[in-house]
Amino acid sequence: MLSVADLTKSFVTPEGGRAEIVRVGRFELAAGEQRALRGESGSGKTTFLNLVAGILAADGGRVEIDGVDMAALPEAKRDRLRADKIGYIFQTFNLLQGYTVLENVLLGMSFGPRGVDRAHAVELLRRVGLEHRLGHFPRQLSTGQQQRVAAARALANRPKLVLADEPTGNLDRASAREALALIREVCRENGAALLLVSHDDGVLAQFEGLQDFAVINAAARRGLGAVPADGKEGGS
Amino acid sequence: MTLPLIVYRSLRQHALSTLITAGSIALACGLLMTVWVVKTQAQAAFVSTSTTFDAVLGARGSKLQLVLNGIFHLEASPGNLAASDYELIRKHPAVKTAIPIAVGDNLRGYRIVGTVPQLLTNVEYAPGKNYAVAPGGKVFGEAAREAVVGSFAAERLGLKVGSTFQPFHGLTFDEKALHEEVFTVTGILTPTNTPADKVIWVPIKGVQTMSGHDPKAATDVSAVLIQLRAASAGVMLDLMINKQGNRMTFAYPVGAIMADFFGKISWFDRVLALVAYLVALVAAGSVLASIYNSMSARQRDLAILRALGARRRTIFGAVVAEAACIGALGAAVGFAIYFGLLTLVAGVIRAQTGVVLDVTESHAVLWICPLAMTALCALGGAVPAVKAYRTPVAETLAPVS
Repeated sequence: MLSVADLTKSFVTPEGGRAEIVRVGRFELAAGEQRALRGESGSGKTTFLNLVAGILAADGGRVEIDGVDMAALPEAKRDRLRADKIGYIFQTFNLLQGYTVLENVLLGMSFGPRGVDRAHAVELLRRVGLEHRLGHFPRQLSTGQQQRVAAARALANRPKLVLADEPTGNLDRASAREALALIREVCRENGAALLLVSHDDGVLAQFEGLQDFAVINAAARRGLGAVPADGKEGGS
Repeated sequence: MTLPLIVYRSLRQHALSTLITAGSIALACGLLMTVWVVKTQAQAAFVSTSTTFDAVLGARGSKLQLVLNGIFHLEASPGNLAASDYELIRKHPAVKTAIPIAVGDNLRGYRIVGTVPQLLTNVEYAPGKNYAVAPGGKVFGEAAREAVVGSFAAERLGLKVGSTFQPFHGLTFDEKALHEEVFTVTGILTPTNTPADKVIWVPIKGVQTMSGHDPKAATDVSAVLIQLRAASAGVMLDLMINKQGNRMTFAYPVGAIMADFFGKISWFDRVLALVAYLVALVAAGSVLASIYNSMSARQRDLAILRALGARRRTIFGAVVAEAACIGALGAAVGFAIYFGLLTLVAGVIRAQTGVVLDVTESHAVLWICPLAMTALCALGGAVPAVKAYRTPVAETLAPVS
């Protein structure tokens, strides 16, 4: 489902130099597989997910999703591939504040291959316990409820790959467990692969497929910002 | 549903700036349409009114002044003609109709015009249309102190059949200049939508012999309104009276004199048009500024949409569509402003000149202006749309971890 090879990304520093944030030699995720990556804040996890989602353009390497190299695609095709195949649950939810709960989910659907399916959106929101909040705006919801909307939106398109960036970071333990269980359950139902990054041991403990992000990200092992000597380091 | 929803929500989120911007566009659109329609209709009305008579004969002076005074009941008379001059032109074989008028008095600002009853009974004020006295009234008697009142003047002055009034001397109202003669209203003209509606028509003798007027001029007329038997006669009379004579002015052809007049004041039209264009440009600029200034606040939303899979062109299209919607909303409200302004201006023009503008008449500018304004706003929206198009998604959504 997801195959990453020799993926690199660096940013220009305020001093004018370049800081390498991501250097992943090889990483693979099978269809339907659920994997968690453990990593501390600032380890490049979000950048890695953004590269996989095609939100960021890589400096080099490959990100294949269902055999299509996302990194090699022009931006418009990356957008389409993301809308077709990927659901992204952001750490900060990234809900559209001017849109209702239902509209947030419907908009997520509208860019996807199946288009808007209002009944499915309502059903998802029912499953996350928000059927009575369809017309509410995000600011009228609790943090936990907002997170559930974000999850419903990411899952609404029946994506083949779900990326979750600290999806329970703003929730209490009980809500986090509940939200995570729902995400995993829907992913299983849809046969979607789930790639979750977190630094929360309580969350990570629920995954059999657990990996340390520093193991796959050579840039993190060296200490972010260091420029690699050979450019070949990394591992799966 | 995507694009309309994005546009709708964005407009709602920025409701205040949307309303203010749409308001400025409405004003621009309303002004543009009003200027154009008033200009076009007023010109057409003046020109069509000019078709009743072919020429105006008066004292030596300006042809335009003669036409404005004799036909539009504006301006002062350049002087008087002797009765013999009137008889001379009346009996000229090339002249079909010669109607004398005498001016110099008013009733509370509404002009009193002395004339012969034939003007109201025999002359067509427009092709196929004759003056008519409303039921219950009759045309004044030739030698009586009677009056037929134009519909607009009757309404404003509250005159009815049987009402009496005393004229005031001069063309502008001065309450101290009251004449002692008392006239009785014998009829109210049905509306003609011409300057005749704001005139009080009395027998020519009534004006000529009014107390206080110069007794030596008791047979003089202010002007003679002329219909010719053939156009070629006008050229001949023009040569005879204007070029070979030096006592009178033969204002011919009336339509050309008015067209020349409008030609001379066309710079005013151009200035108005320029002002209207500038207002439209400023309005489109305000759309640009309004959306552009709110881009910082919108960038996160745009980045989220991009992250959800919206393509750059969708984002670009949404911002342009939003600008176009503000333009369309403004244009729609502009119609209300247009109708309000036109009604107001039409009222003023009618009161001042008697010329009636049709508020409901269609004009090409009524669809060209809203469409052009919407397109202009969409064009203005393209600038912030480019900024939206370039929104960096990852950097906008979250800092690098």
